Amino acid sequence: MEKSISFLLNGEKRTVEVSPSEGLLGMLRDKIGVKSPKCGCDRGDCGTCSVMIDGRVVRSCLVLAIEVDGAALTTLEGLLENGDLNPLQKAFLNKNAFQCGFCAPGMIMSATELLKRNSQPTRDEIKEGLAGNLCRCTGYTPIIDAVLDLVSEQKKDRKQ
Amino acid sequence: MSGYKYIGKSTVRVDGKVKISGAAQYIDDLEFGPGLLFAEIVESPHAYARIKKIDCSKALKVEGVVKIVTGKEFPYRFGLYMHDRYIFAQDHVRFVGEQVGAVIARTPEIAKRASKLVRVDYEVLEPVLDVVTALLDNAPLIHPELGKYQHVPWFFPEKNTNIAHFRKVRKGNMNEGFKEADYIFEDTYTVPRYAHCSIETHGAVGLFDHSRRLTVWAASQSPHTQRHLFAEALAPLGIKHKDVRVIAPHVGGGFGGKAGVSMEILAASLATAVQGSPVKVLWSRAQEFYNTYQRQGVVAKMRFGVKNDGTITALEQKLYWDAGAYVEYGANVVNAAGLSATGPYRIPNVYIDSVCVYTNLPPGGPYRGFGYSEFLFGLESHMNEIAKKLKLDPVDFRRKNAICEGDTLNYGGKMNPSGLLECIDKVAKEIEWGKKRVSKDPRKAIGKGFALFWKAPAMPPNAASSAFLKFNEDASLNILVSAMEIGQGFLTVMAQIAGEVLGIPPEKIRVETPDTDRNPYEWQTVASHITWSTGNAVKKAAMDAREQIFDIASRALGKDRNSFYLEDETLKSRTEPEFALSLKNFVINGIMMKDGTFRGGPIIGRGMFMPEFASAISDPQTSQGGKPNVHYTVGASAIEIEIDRETGKITIPKVVLGVDCGKVLNPDLLRGQVTGGMLQGLATVLYEEMRFDSKGKLLNANFTDYKIPTAMDVPDEIVSIFVEHEQPDGPFGARGVGEHTMIPAAPIIANAIEDALGIRIKSMPITAEKIALALKGLDLPQASRAEPPVCFQKTST
Repeated sequence: MEKSISFLLNGEKRTVEVSPSEGLLGMLRDKIGVKSPKCGCDRGDCGTCSVMIDGRVVRSCLVLAIEVDGAALTTLEGLLENGDLNPLQKAFLNKNAFQCGFCAPGMIMSATELLKRNSQPTRDEIKEGLAGNLCRCTGYTPIIDAVLDLVSEQKKDRKQ
Repeated sequence: MSGYKYIGKSTVRVDGKVKISGAAQYIDDLEFGPGLLFAEIVESPHAYARIKKIDCSKALKVEGVVKIVTGKEFPYRFGLYMHDRYIFAQDHVRFVGEQVGAVIARTPEIAKRASKLVRVDYEVLEPVLDVVTALLDNAPLIHPELGKYQHVPWFFPEKNTNIAHFRKVRKGNMNEGFKEADYIFEDTYTVPRYAHCSIETHGAVGLFDHSRRLTVWAASQSPHTQRHLFAEALAPLGIKHKDVRVIAPHVGGGFGGKAGVSMEILAASLATAVQGSPVKVLWSRAQEFYNTYQRQGVVAKMRFGVKNDGTITALEQKLYWDAGAYVEYGANVVNAAGLSATGPYRIPNVYIDSVCVYTNLPPGGPYRGFGYSEFLFGLESHMNEIAKKLKLDPVDFRRKNAICEGDTLNYGGKMNPSGLLECIDKVAKEIEWGKKRVSKDPRKAIGKGFALFWKAPAMPPNAASSAFLKFNEDASLNILVSAMEIGQGFLTVMAQIAGEVLGIPPEKIRVETPDTDRNPYEWQTVASHITWSTGNAVKKAAMDAREQIFDIASRALGKDRNSFYLEDETLKSRTEPEFALSLKNFVINGIMMKDGTFRGGPIIGRGMFMPEFASAISDPQTSQGGKPNVHYTVGASAIEIEIDRETGKITIPKVVLGVDCGKVLNPDLLRGQVTGGMLQGLATVLYEEMRFDSKGKLLNANFTDYKIPTAMDVPDEIVSIFVEHEQPDGPFGARGVGEHTMIPAAPIIANAIEDALGIRIKSMPITAEKIALALKGLDLPQASRAEPPVCFQKTST
């Protein structure tokens, strides 16, 4: 038995029919065609399916689609600014922070949430903030460095 | 100063934006329309069993099931180096999780549900789960047909045994070597199996259309090798190479796991069973653990002969590899490790047995390090033990015996240019070797570990790379190659190489993942050889294009072609400083003559590279003869650790890796290899391990039970040191580095633990639990493994 639900996806209102057991990740990828959240483990271990529900990062593989009725969802597609990379994404780009890129969408969601919560995170706070997102390529160091770089850039900008 | 404009610069990745914006498409992101079918695999629950009967009747009744196939439909064997693997199990299953059949259905849910209704009757056989049992005289034969299998000429299977390949290296005179020695040091080290853990699982989609053309989209490190193996395996269906096309989208991590052919052949085969419809096979995380290649376990028994002054006179090294149920790729790991199992040392008398042993565990195969990580754990641990007994400094002892350019390698060839001594000295300085630090916290013990490493690409002697390079109207470039961007940054480095030759900035160069129909041949993206091999092909393609540019211009303008050079997207002349012709004016449309006719046309460069000096043919009894390895990349690594004496938990304030990369092409990307490879290596020694139950079933096929590092597990400081002793045949002097950053991780930790606590742990992983128990004089049950039977020591005479 399908039910109609409505939610905001990256600012746009969407209405879809979902079944009670349908997962959010599958709904986003297969029904709506938003492909940035990836499936890496399907049990909440890897974080590559991370999306935001009302500003909080969740693993979309662990959320039922029906739960987002009335919510505001953000995926990586919704973080672009004027159709281009936002400052956090630019910091990752300039630091060559990612390798295979598969974990990038989820990692960027978590970094975004972290910076929203804490605009001046320390190295340890960044590590903790990203600890739910697995990356097998980079050893995390370039990713952590890129976030720190952005933080210190923004600090400089504020001083000027 | 190098004088290079783009080489040696931290160019921003050409694939950076597509990945960071989320635009990059991986296999599961591609759309195939409403006709897409989904396959679910029927798997063996037994490690070793005979298939008595398969009954699909119930499953076929499920609405939405399109087709069910089993081994009957595809009775074909295939493999990269040895044809010992089946598309679907035939009369026997040989590991838990092996594919017995597949249910193809309209939705993944239907396929899954119906797959549970396929009834397979088995006669369960006693599985062979370790090398010791597999080598017993009365051990069950896992491949009774071994003697009939087709294989490359450098493999030596022993029929009517479980030995799939036996690599023997004999150099010098062992008896003399041990006679000359003042001491003989003997020990045994063991390494378990490991998983690659790419965050993207394997996946492939096959389409066999109504014109009988087979297209496979695959998360792949090896599109051309896959095309070849698909064409070879499916030849009985009348499929030719020209009919097979492999398209490789972005791939979410490889580390060797997506090299060769594993599950991809299922998509290729199943597509032929449902002609006209695309069919997708996507591995779950659990399948990713138990039905792709795994890093092989090894039992390493070694005996060193050493003089009082620390000169190594002889090494006997016996490596018994748990290669699993099928060894078509894994046997070459055994081979490569065997040829190099001395490590980067000058040892005149060498005796190595590297034995590839079939077991009823999942197939072994390539994993970053390709056997070197495995033997280096024991070798470099043992080097420290020897130094300790001889009261030598472990770094001095290594330095004294370190291999140098021109020294004789294990197979008789000469060592390539090498900055090993420079690496040793710089790494020792950076870690402040010899300076003891004591923790203020009495519970913490501090130790330092040091190790050397080396690795050569393991590849057939005729592994080739090729490249096309096309100019566009605005003098931007498209480079077509078939090596894979698996994260290492290869596309960017190719843009830098072509850009350097042609005077074009890398950001004006597009290099993308391949399609075997459009992109020229590449063997595989493995062996840390792509920067070197494909880099040479791209450089040649760029030089070819440059020659065409010079030809056209000298023909049209009547100028001396020898005076030309390219800079800033412009053709310039050394003899006429005022001359400048923008490339965009003629690289497509040619140069207009006074009479309105044109000279030239689209510039298309072509380049090819094959190491014509390499040969895998040598004496099977000694390995003397050929030149199986194109070059070795060498280096040194050191670490400082803090151990909690109560819990055994280790933290890492600092780790250093120095490597001779020949030439740094892109410092950022190179550092990326160090930070990534080092953490991956540290995890293998600190906590990762595949655990099997007594029936051969993998117990930890998920990220909850098989823990890989998170951002919390990163060492406080990672220092990369790059030494540049140019590789004469490398592009701008470069040689490979990708795997090397992982391989010294285990011994530096083991040696640091010994330094801190005085305990030597000889089995990986060295978990906190193992350390804590060892400190109390206890041992973990799984840490004490059985050793190979004494009868195998007979071969050492």
